[in-house]
Formats: sequence, structure tokens, C-alpha cells
Amino acid sequence: MAIKEIKMPNLGESVTEASVVSWIVKPGDTVKRYDPLMEVVSDKVTTEIPSDFAGVVKETLVELDVDVPIGTSLMTLEVEGEDDSTQEVEEVKEEVKEEVIASSPAPKAKKSVNKAAGRFSPAVVRLAQEKGIDLNDVEGTGKDGRITRKDIMNFDPAKVVQSEPVVEETVIKVEETTTAPKSETAAPVATSPASQDVVPADGVRKAIAKKMVQSVNEIPHAWIMVEADVTNIVNLRNKTKDEFKKNEGMSLSFFPFFAKAVVQAMKKNPKINTSWDNGNIVYHKDINLSIAVTTDEHLYVPVIHNADNLSLAGITKEINRLATDVRDGKLQGKDMQGGTFTLNNTGTLGSVQSMGIINHPQAAILQVESINKRIVPTKDGGFKTADMVNLCLSIDHRILDGQQAGQFLRDVKENLANFSSESDIY
Amino acid sequence: MAEMTYLEAINLGISEEMARDEKVVIFGEDVGGDKGGVFGVTKGLAAKYGDNRCFNTPLTEGLIGGLAVGLGVMGYRAIGEFQFADYILPATNQILSEARTMRYRTKGDWTAPIVYRTPYGGGVRGGLYHSQSTEKIFAGQPGLRVVTPSNPYDAKGMIKAAIRSDDPVIFYEHKRLYRLLKAEIPTDDYIVPIDKANVVREGSDITVISYGMMLQYAISAAEKLAKEGIDAEVVDVRSLYPLDRETLVNAAKKTGKVLLVTEDNKEGSIMSEIAAMISEDALFDLDAPIKRLAGPDAPSMGYALTLEREFLVNEDQVIEAMRELAEY
Repeated sequence: MAIKEIKMPNLGESVTEASVVSWIVKPGDTVKRYDPLMEVVSDKVTTEIPSDFAGVVKETLVELDVDVPIGTSLMTLEVEGEDDSTQEVEEVKEEVKEEVIASSPAPKAKKSVNKAAGRFSPAVVRLAQEKGIDLNDVEGTGKDGRITRKDIMNFDPAKVVQSEPVVEETVIKVEETTTAPKSETAAPVATSPASQDVVPADGVRKAIAKKMVQSVNEIPHAWIMVEADVTNIVNLRNKTKDEFKKNEGMSLSFFPFFAKAVVQAMKKNPKINTSWDNGNIVYHKDINLSIAVTTDEHLYVPVIHNADNLSLAGITKEINRLATDVRDGKLQGKDMQGGTFTLNNTGTLGSVQSMGIINHPQAAILQVESINKRIVPTKDGGFKTADMVNLCLSIDHRILDGQQAGQFLRDVKENLANFSSESDIY
Repeated sequence: MAEMTYLEAINLGISEEMARDEKVVIFGEDVGGDKGGVFGVTKGLAAKYGDNRCFNTPLTEGLIGGLAVGLGVMGYRAIGEFQFADYILPATNQILSEARTMRYRTKGDWTAPIVYRTPYGGGVRGGLYHSQSTEKIFAGQPGLRVVTPSNPYDAKGMIKAAIRSDDPVIFYEHKRLYRLLKAEIPTDDYIVPIDKANVVREGSDITVISYGMMLQYAISAAEKLAKEGIDAEVVDVRSLYPLDRETLVNAAKKTGKVLLVTEDNKEGSIMSEIAAMISEDALFDLDAPIKRLAGPDAPSMGYALTLEREFLVNEDQVIEAMRELAEY
């Protein structure tokens, strides 16, 4: 019998921690390989963790709803038929521990030996030290497998595949990198316990809460609103929606028009498509549009990847696919990752003005408010009825100023005004 | 705006400065009259500003060097032309011993506001005496500025800045670029600083540092390699002495992989100094050995076409070196 550990898997780019929200099996249960063991939540995605082994659940190692870093051991299993005895595993652990204490750089055997192994450039050594990266974990892409500076800069410790039994080293590191111990859920400011129900927030709500606090704490928000005349879009959509529904099997809403106009404006204003990173401005080459999709309970922000490659009809289909997946609970992790700008359709709520909180680490979020008929003056001094919409943009004031925000919104307005014929849809 | 060659841009820059300041005078072998210099850079200036301000000298480079110093001290802004950078050597004593030290040894009471203009570089079948890169002789000589523009816009802006400088400037003009490069040049009065390197192209994979004709190869190579997914940062040195340490080192730090390209001999060139600076200031950002691509350590470029080509770095070599560095 051997003891195997199940660890918190990497749940996506930039995800550093997650929590177990429910155990599907309990100690003493027998599980087969690939049987689901638990549900974990991170960054608004709920995932079941399957078992890598067949065996008997020995013990659970973490508490429910407590965030733990990626790579943390979650559960142990007793596995039948393995040659190692528990005793031996313990010994192995001891040995590795000693190695760590002696800070021996002895490489783990799992990487293939290459000619360039062990010869690191000054930049690689410095960056690895700064970031606390074990160079043995890094796959080199340079000549003869040399580890390059870029390999280190792009290295994601969470992606290191640990197929060996867990060693103490990992655990020790994780503990070191964890910040100050989190306080237990702070007691609500209760006035009279009898007059209120206290329900613990679930994982998704906590993920949202955490992200929002991070956004507000880290990003100095500024916001700006413009109003746009979208009469042409209302007319165009009314004219084409039946045909569209017939041909494509889905409704054509107003939202894709805004998405398309925004993407076009982002092409002209690349600074909108950026992130702040430690004093650097990261310009994203891909335009990945995050869109807000709500269910009864939660808000999800799936991503239209490379939205600039899509026609208006293409965007419509992608929005439809993502919204359906969200509502069916089938959203894949990859659909939640890599967003570079968020577009929020607050208009569906009837809102006419709102201040969006930026989806960290993006640089801006645009709220599309509801379209309302209004009487507006015409150039010749008369009046007309027009379909007007407010566009509210929140910006990260570290990266963007009013100038760029205003220019971007001007371009969005202009793009919106340019939709005129059915050929703009395909 | 008007489309101009590198040569015409220099002519326009000088002409504008002569119009602006009557103390600006220009002279050299064949510079005056109708000829307008060996390559025609000063064509039309004698007609426009008179034979007193644009005139010929005998075949005495030492005189050109010394006359400029005397005129400078007397309050003129002198531009002396050497027909080829190889011919500058007889004037070296005047330049290094007199012009260069003037401000220093007079506590700034006297200045030598001189521009020594000279065409340099190969690739035009000049052979011996007509193709050398002599800029390294004047590098490391405090008090002197050594500059070279690599495109028509800079050519006009930098010659104007050089003429206005109170320090003696050796203004190298790459003769292969004279008629090769054309660009829209603003006809208004602008200058380009003569102490700043220029990041011509931003990139994240490798940094290529060069000037003159070789820079053109680097720019063209970078565009080609971008299609292979290699993103090169290209920097034009522009100020060969003193070097713009900050810009050069920062560009090196950005990618950690540096290629230095010069058509001069490999050893002891401007690039050798840049390599030293980068290793002093950017060691812990370096991800590969600093690489130099240069001419061979031979006494001169040959006259025969095959020998000239053998000597000169070409674009294919630049591409190959860039690719190797990116893959390192």
C-alpha cells in the first residue's frame, strides 16, 4: 500500500489559489481512477477534481471554503498494489527534506538532460532568484534546450506537473510564499442576532468579492460617460432580426453591435488593451473581450478570444455560445481566461448610467446602458426622436487619462454610427 | 514637406543654417563654385551665399582642419569638408590637439564651433583610400563629438544641430546612403539632437544596435524576421561619441540579447565600446553573449567588386546573426 496525494491543480493562467467547496467522497470510500473526488472553485469557475489513482480515501487535508495555493495537498489516498510501502514513502520524504535544507541544487531526474543544462545566463539566474523559481522546473526553449530569459519570464509555477509523490519541498515553499495567515471570516457587525440570517458566501461569490476588492484597492478608477445616437442600429436590427433568426437560429441583439464597435475602436486605440504590471504597461496583442453574463445567482465574465477576428455575426454566435454555456454550467476554464477588456451590458437591467469596476488586471471596462427614445435637437434647429444610449467607461488612471478615454469613446461612437447595411453584419 | 535624398537633406540643412546665421561658412576641396563638393552636397551654396561663405581650399586637409579652428575662435561657425573620411588623417593633429581641447584649455572663454563633414563607408566601389570607417579614431576623445545620421530626416536635423553646437563635431555621412535613401523632409526649421541614440523599432526578442548602412540592413532584416515570429528591437547609435549610454543600455536590458553590427573592422570599433558599456551596466539582464557582426580585421576594403563584397557585412549575414541570437 502506498499513500498518494491529490493536489490543487492549476486552474488557469494567473490563478494562484482556490478553495475546496465540497467533498464528493469521504475517508474510507473506495474510488476508481477518474472518479470525482471534490469540487473546487477558483476565479468564478467550479471544477470537479478527479482521482488520479484507484484506492481508498484516507484523509482530507484542507478545510472547506478556505483558499489554498495551487499545488497544496488536498487529500490522501491509499493505493493498492504500489510497490512502495508507506514506510518507504516517509523515508523518501525525509531524504528530500534534507536536500532542501542543504539547499542542494541537485536536479530532479524528470527533466531530460541537455547540452546546455546547468549553464545559465546572468539574466536567467537573477530572475529565477527574484521570482523564487527552481530552474529544474523550467523547460528551456533556447538552443540545445537552454533556459532563456523569456522562459523564466513566462514561467508559471502552477503549471509544473508533479507526477512524483508529493515531497515536503513543495509544501514548505508554498507556506513560505503564502502571505500573512488569513483571519477567519470576520464576524458581521451584528446588532441583534435574532433579526438577521448569516449565510456564508459560496465560492463563486467569494471569488467575485475578492476580485472586486482587489480591483478597487489596486486600480485608481476614473470614469467618463458619452451619449450616442444609435437610431441607425435600431433600424438595422429591426430590419434584419427576423432574417437573422431564420438563418442563424439565434436572435440578433444590440449587444454585438456594441462589441464590434468597441473592438474596432480598440484597434485604433491600443492603449485601451493594456494592463498595469509593476510599473510597466503591458500591451496585449490579442483583443480578448470579456463580457458579463449573469445567472440568477452569480456574475460570470467569459471571454471572446481574438474578437477582432470576428464579424458582427461571429461575435453574436460567440456571445450566444458563452451565455448558453454559462447558464448550463458548462463553461470551460479556457473560456474564462485571458480577457483584456470588459464590455458590460448593463442596459438589460434598465440602467442608464453606471460606474463599472474594472476587471483586474485590465485597464478599462465599458458599460453599455439601455437604449431609450429621446427627443433631441437637430442641426437645423428642429427636433427629432432618436434612439440614444449612454456609454460609461471606467479607466485605470495609472495607464489611461481622460484624453485617451475620450478618444476611444469618440471612436466607438463613430463606429456605432457607421453601421448602416446588412453587409455590416457579415 | 518634400521628398529628398539623404544628400539633399544635408544640403538643405546647411543652406538653412547659412541663411539663419551669416557666421556660418563652408569650405573644402571643390566645395565652392558650381561643383559643390565631390558628391555635390554643397551644390548651389556658393551661388546662394557668395564665394566668401562657400569656397574652395587647396588639397591640404591639414589646412582645412586648422582653418576651421581659427575661424571658430574668431566667432564663425565653420564647416570643413573632407572629401573622404580616409583623407581626414592629415588633419588629425588640428582636430585632436586644437579643436577638441579649445573650450577646456581656455576655461570656456573660446570655443571651436566647427563641423567637420566627411563621407565614409564602403559599398560604392571606392576601394583603398575611399571606403574606410575612420570614426573609431575620434571615439574616446572628450571634447569632440562624432555623429552620423542614418536617414534623410536625421541628416537634415542633425547637420543643423551640429552647426549650432559650440563643440567641434565630426559629421560622418554614409556615402552609400547619399542617394539610396529618400524620405519626406519637413521644410521647416527642426533639429535632431546629436547626443541621442534612436530606437528605430521596438521589439522584445533581440536588440540590434548599428548605424549607417548596416542599420538599414538591420531594419530590413527585422521586418523580415518579424514574419518568422522574431521580434527585434533596432537602435540607431547616431552619436558615436559620446555614446548615449542610457538608451543603448536600456535597449540591451530590454531583451537581454544584443547584436552589434558595424561595417568597420571588428576589433577596436565603436561597437567594442558599446559592448563594454553593456557588460558593465547590464550584466544581470544579459541572456546571451554580446555578439558583434563586423568587417574582417583587414587593412582596407578591396577595390575589386568581389573583395569589396567579401569585406562588407551584407543583409543575409545580419539576418543569420539575428536568427542565431534569437534562437540562443
